Amino acid sequence: MNGVNRSLPIRVDVRSKVFPAVGDRPPQLVLKDVAFEVAPRSFLVITGPSGCGKSTLLNIIAGLDTDFSGSVDLGPAKDKLTFIFQSPRLLPWRTVYENIALVLPEGDPRHAQIPDMIERVGLRDAMNAYPERLSLGMQRRASLARGFIVEPQILLMDEPFVSLDDPTAISLRALLTELWHRHPTTVIFVTHDRAEAIQLGTRILRLAPGKASVAQDVTINLTEAQRHDQAAILAEQNRIFAA
Amino acid sequence: MAPISTRISSTPRLMAAPSGFTASLERLAWMAGSLFALAVFWQIIAVYADSRYLPTPLAVFDVLLREGANGNLWKDTSATLARVAVAFVVSMFIGATIGIFLGRYRTADKFFDAWLILFLNLPALVTITLCYIWFGLTDAAAITAVALNKIPNVAVNMREGARSLSKDLDEMAVIYKFGWWKTLRHVTLPQLAPFFAAAARSGLSLVWKIVLVVEAFGRSSGVGYRLSIAFQEFDVSTILAYALAFILVVQIIEFAVLQPLQERVTAWRR
Repeated sequence: MNGVNRSLPIRVDVRSKVFPAVGDRPPQLVLKDVAFEVAPRSFLVITGPSGCGKSTLLNIIAGLDTDFSGSVDLGPAKDKLTFIFQSPRLLPWRTVYENIALVLPEGDPRHAQIPDMIERVGLRDAMNAYPERLSLGMQRRASLARGFIVEPQILLMDEPFVSLDDPTAISLRALLTELWHRHPTTVIFVTHDRAEAIQLGTRILRLAPGKASVAQDVTINLTEAQRHDQAAILAEQNRIFAA
Repeated sequence: MAPISTRISSTPRLMAAPSGFTASLERLAWMAGSLFALAVFWQIIAVYADSRYLPTPLAVFDVLLREGANGNLWKDTSATLARVAVAFVVSMFIGATIGIFLGRYRTADKFFDAWLILFLNLPALVTITLCYIWFGLTDAAAITAVALNKIPNVAVNMREGARSLSKDLDEMAVIYKFGWWKTLRHVTLPQLAPFFAAAARSGLSLVWKIVLVVEAFGRSSGVGYRLSIAFQEFDVSTILAYALAFILVVQIIEFAVLQPLQERVTAWRR
């Protein structure tokens, strides 16, 4: 039965999303006719310039924003959804370990896997540290570990690697790829970094600036080896974004 | 001689990171020195004035020993402490509940803001006399009067805390299905803890002062009652002795309970 559940795609159909007027600013149409399906266990990257409604779309899919017209059908996997936010959103008054343990119900067998997960994201020495004493990169690692420990079937990510230095971003991308291969899940990943989009995704959805709708929907044709090859990424980037 | 010791003790590293124990010892030494200087000053003025209305520190200390020996000091101090404790707990609980409610619900806040301002500015003496007139000269009336004075203060503090609750962390709790109890315990209350600790510390100092007034007005036990008797006899030594004793008690509570509590709830900060 589980296999049947997982084979159902996610259906997103946002007719319109309007931000209400604030003070002198008129109401603003953020999303218009954004409709797409996401195949199970695929890695969809949503990209587009700042302010095109990427984060708003993700909030709608996550169910955090219900003030829109249209529909979102996550299928039976909707209870196994996790959102990795742009800021790590760890509880500053709980240690790294506690932050991860808190997302599991009490007595859940997965508690036993926490030390292993912390080890895998490279935070063994920071396990009992409070988040504010860690660098942003380390906080992001903790946030990734927290997201993966619940073994989500749908994983939403909102620019999780933005404003990190290059080596840290590269290692976290590799970590994400590794975790995703180990535990396949449907990913919707928002970014404005084109190279990142191509390296990680199996498919790209481009939102048009200003028009607040889908401009392009393409599949990425790269092998796993090519994803580590700068030239191949650049070639694919030119093919997709030249349009 | 002095320059050498100064140079040693002002090494930047030592200045920046004194161990907790050394730091509190140094603070204690400063406090003891300054209080001793105040006592000496008082002694000089008292000897110079030579009046029964300004006893020397030693005379006051004698009264303190006498009252301790005959048991009045313990009896009245504990009676007052019991009232302080009940009034404190009641006003913290009710004040926090109201404050959190107003901080979270805009409309309620708009409506009740005027009430809060009214009660904040209501003189303590008015609530005390009204409570005694309406409810009689009872402990319940006394504690109600004290709580009514303190509740608006706590509410304003906690409202500020509730207004600044993080929407980001709330969303995180929703996504990870924390449920209301886990959210309250691990997300909401830790954010409110610093506001609660601040309200508790300012609360204690306010509550015990009002309790004394309430006792002087209409109770027949407690430090306030003892002070009002001493006032009728113009017995300044007793007034000062009880005042000093109570200041000591409140400071002990501050150092032994409230400060460690505040440090504990903010331990996670950088």
